[in-house]
Amino acid sequence: MVVTAARTPLYEEHVRLRAQMTNFGGWVMPLQYSTIREEHRAVREAVGLFDLSHMGELRVNDESLAQRVVSRDVTRLKPGRAQYAVLCNEAGGIIDDVLVYAMPDGGYLLVVNAGNQDGDFDWIRAQGNQSASPSGGGQAGGAVLNVGREWALIGVQGPRAVGLVQRLTTAELGSVKYYAFVEGSVADVPCVISRTGYTGEDGFELFCGNAGAVRLWRALLDEGQSDGIRPAGLGARDTLRLEAGMRLYGNDMDADTNPLEAGLDWTLNLDKDFIGRDAIMRAREQGPSRLLVGFKVLDRSIPRHGYSVVGDGERVGTVTSGNVSFTLGYNIGMAYVPPALAEPGTRFGVDVRGTAAPAEVVQLPFYKRPHPK
Amino acid sequence: MADLSGMRFAETHEWITKDGETATVGITEYAQSQLGDVIYLELPAVGQQLDAGARLGVIESVKAASDLYSPVGGEVTEVNQELKDHPEYVNQDPYGKGWIIKLRAVKDNPKLLDQKAYNAFVQGQSHS
Repeated sequence: MVVTAARTPLYEEHVRLRAQMTNFGGWVMPLQYSTIREEHRAVREAVGLFDLSHMGELRVNDESLAQRVVSRDVTRLKPGRAQYAVLCNEAGGIIDDVLVYAMPDGGYLLVVNAGNQDGDFDWIRAQGNQSASPSGGGQAGGAVLNVGREWALIGVQGPRAVGLVQRLTTAELGSVKYYAFVEGSVADVPCVISRTGYTGEDGFELFCGNAGAVRLWRALLDEGQSDGIRPAGLGARDTLRLEAGMRLYGNDMDADTNPLEAGLDWTLNLDKDFIGRDAIMRAREQGPSRLLVGFKVLDRSIPRHGYSVVGDGERVGTVTSGNVSFTLGYNIGMAYVPPALAEPGTRFGVDVRGTAAPAEVVQLPFYKRPHPK
Repeated sequence: MADLSGMRFAETHEWITKDGETATVGITEYAQSQLGDVIYLELPAVGQQLDAGARLGVIESVKAASDLYSPVGGEVTEVNQELKDHPEYVNQDPYGKGWIIKLRAVKDNPKLLDQKAYNAFVQGQSHS
């Protein structure tokens, strides 16, 4: 069987830039253009440009349906604001982590992981059908649209990102707060300009129709030359998000993990009803049996997804993400460990090819950007 | 471009040059390009005896950890200490300052490829 990975509207641009491509979530995406180290540094020190068009976008126009599937109280989200949240199953397991945008027209936009796009869509639609009012008779399912394949998404991230995007738009970006968005044209391409990201830096994520993606990409790359812009691939995206302590769905959490274990309590509004709430309430009463923690390795070993956490010669946990931190100069990771080992300062071993590498729990995030002057 | 005419290559993407009975071992340009950013190497102790094809260590890039194999048998006489602080030398100069170990009392390994045969092997791999 040959499974053809989907191409984003920027595929030809990546080929032209001689990117090394990789399959991710059903899409063929740039892994790196130069080196992951250089792309990582460009984002921390100047600005990086990301094709994020593989991300899924779902329109949920029915507020009560959005309220049922999203862990946050979406009615408290003002139009023009976005929030990080999770979707849970009845058992409280995380189906996906999402950004919820309250659109000016009253509907919601959910930005979901590439590989979960169709699964999330089917699942939300099924919830809509179940909860449809007698008068609606299944109508609520029509209130969900899977628009991900019609939309491109370009990330502009780094200390020089805001200035760069500002030079290409008449929209007043200074007043767009973190996790807020406005609609406006960038390089004459109509966009949703969102002050969000997955790198730990300031910057924007620009949503536009597929037809405008190449124009927008090239304009940002041209205009950004004086800023030291670099296109950055999924390799740098992963090392950047890890330093910022941001979880990666499928690595750090999945449907067998609840938000309490994943350290995502802050994404839960337990005073409203949503799917999975009751199970999460019960889990909270019992107390979690494991917690996701950040750790630094005290020698030169590199932790990897799937490695064992060991204490007193026993396997006590599992590493979910790990790599070098280019910014901090040591190796870092995230792992599920028993609550007794979750306090910052606690030491445990990480089994690296049969040797227990010493590691110490640290507060997440590993890296916090300096406050803007 | 380094002169590779005197080199021999393993199908596991290590190279070797011989100078008398001492041999220098590294990984190929193709190998470093596939690995991407090298961030750590776990290398053998000086004095260790290696058989041809034996695991000599581990090379870690941002992407993954991979085993390194010794193209020939022999005794480790030197490991490249520079790589401790500069693992990126393996990417920047895989046939020069990115060398990995030196061996002595090496025995010939008839399975090794010359440059032309190795290039053909890599071509075949990248199109499979």
